[in-house]
Amino acid sequence: MRIEAKGIAIAFDGKPILAGIDLALRPGELVGLIGANGAGKTTLLRILADLLPPASGTVLYDGTSARKLARRALAQRLAFLAQGGSVQWQMRAEAVVALGRLPHRRPFADLTAADKAAISNAFTATDASAFRERSLDSLSGGERMRVLLARALAVEAEMLLADEPLVGLDPRHQLEAMALFRRIAANGTGVVVVLHDLSLAGRFCDRLVLLDGGRILADGPPADVLDDGNLARAFGIEVARGNRDGENFVLPWQALGHGETGR
Amino acid sequence: MSAVAVPTSASDRMSYWRLVTVLAAATLVMAALSLAVGYARLDLFAALGDWLAGRQSLPALVLVELRLPRAILGALVGFSLGLTGAAMQGLLRNPLAEPGIVGISSAAAFGAVTVFYSGFAGAFALALPLGGIAGALLAVLLLFALNGRGAGTMTLILAGVAINSFAGAMTSLALNLAPNPYAALEIVFWLMGSLADRSLIHVWLVLPLMLVGWVLLLSCAPALDGLTLGEDTARSLGFDLTWLRVRLIGGAALAVGSAVAVTGAIGFVGLVVPHLLRPLVGHRPGRLLLVSGFGGAILLLAADTMLRLMPIRPELKLGVVTALIGAPFLFSLIQRLRREA
Repeated sequence: MRIEAKGIAIAFDGKPILAGIDLALRPGELVGLIGANGAGKTTLLRILADLLPPASGTVLYDGTSARKLARRALAQRLAFLAQGGSVQWQMRAEAVVALGRLPHRRPFADLTAADKAAISNAFTATDASAFRERSLDSLSGGERMRVLLARALAVEAEMLLADEPLVGLDPRHQLEAMALFRRIAANGTGVVVVLHDLSLAGRFCDRLVLLDGGRILADGPPADVLDDGNLARAFGIEVARGNRDGENFVLPWQALGHGETGR
Repeated sequence: MSAVAVPTSASDRMSYWRLVTVLAAATLVMAALSLAVGYARLDLFAALGDWLAGRQSLPALVLVELRLPRAILGALVGFSLGLTGAAMQGLLRNPLAEPGIVGISSAAAFGAVTVFYSGFAGAFALALPLGGIAGALLAVLLLFALNGRGAGTMTLILAGVAINSFAGAMTSLALNLAPNPYAALEIVFWLMGSLADRSLIHVWLVLPLMLVGWVLLLSCAPALDGLTLGEDTARSLGFDLTWLRVRLIGGAALAVGSAVAVTGAIGFVGLVVPHLLRPLVGHRPGRLLLVSGFGGAILLLAADTMLRLMPIRPELKLGVVTALIGAPFLFSLIQRLRREA
């Protein structure tokens, strides 16, 4: 599924949050949505997922506006992973992941073989099978995040929009999650992830969209987006650059105007 | 790993239906107990025989005019309270929500009190419940008017608080202005909630309303499951939350509004029962609905049977008994939650 956003703008309490956003998301592409706190990343993701109507502009799903699509039909094709991962009732991980199948199931019907396969695959993909039977309150923050990610994967949608899916994950599982997103994208799914880790964003994403003050400052291959000028303007930081096995990477080094490093 | 028996979703589902069956059977047993217990000695089988044979004997009259309405209403009202409590907790994602949280119960009580006060209550038997139902309907209209389209859960709670305090104030005003102490006492007693002296006419009045309410509430089950992960996630799973709120508030008004209209306010059932049963359904809000309904019916029938067995006359009011059972239970629950935290 292609998502096309044109001229998106929205303001809360008179304060503009997003303005003049034009963005096209394609199948098979891993897009990193980056930007400083308050740049409008979550708002943009919610608008792209049809969870928040923009004040102006349109979002088209394969050329059709959400108003002409049944919500359920869109839900089968577009999965959304919310920020923060709040879970109200302490259900077992398996029951949580099964919620991802709700768009595909007839109400009150039993899980089909396809549902069960999708749930198992999602658990395997996020390395969460070990706590399938545990209740969510017995899991650590990172483990819980992996279960919630599995929930979003279980939808088996054509487009996955994930808001900060790496929060709370240990380094190994962050790397594995990024590799997973890349695999999913390679299989034809469109993936958009909101990220704060510029190193991971630069290494794994096919394309980065850098938001600054509610506008798109840069949109393109990571090497182009993560240039010194953009990073100084959007984040107020300097990065260190390196190369390992022919792959370039960046490492946030110091805040501009402070001159302080890790030392 | 293979040594660990992993419960599959199939056996999970089976244990759910087993639980529902057990609770439904327990409801029937409690209803039968409620029929068997009363102030007059009654040979149940003889009474049943007389009734079926169409003989207007005294035992048959006691059974059909006194015991049967009491047992049926106990089950219906308890089911409504338990089911609505579970649905409200699911919608508001808060274990402290109860059926009255959006103001429907107090508005129904106020409607009935108005009828009392105006003197219509003596005019014909159904005036009181009809007044209660009118009050509940008014509250629903007000809720939707205050909320408008697309308003969130917080607005709903605030509107409920406003309706609750307004209806409570108006009820107090009616007591304040009561023409004589007896009228005031009558209102107060009614407000305490009771299943005594209701007839089958009351059953026929509320049954259709409750059934529609139950269907509306039960239809919310998948959406309430989806809401576990928050409103954004629920919408992304294809649920229309405005439509969910309409169904849930409408269902609650029909079920609880008509319950309050015939029995007065009975607290704690809708709060405590979902709490008690939640662990048995793996904390799944959708599955809690039906189970809580039966749990509420069992609790209310048990409380009503107990108060008739207690040697206290005049009999205690049902609302008082459920609160007396409910409050200590809630304390123990808080204690347990604190230990877990």
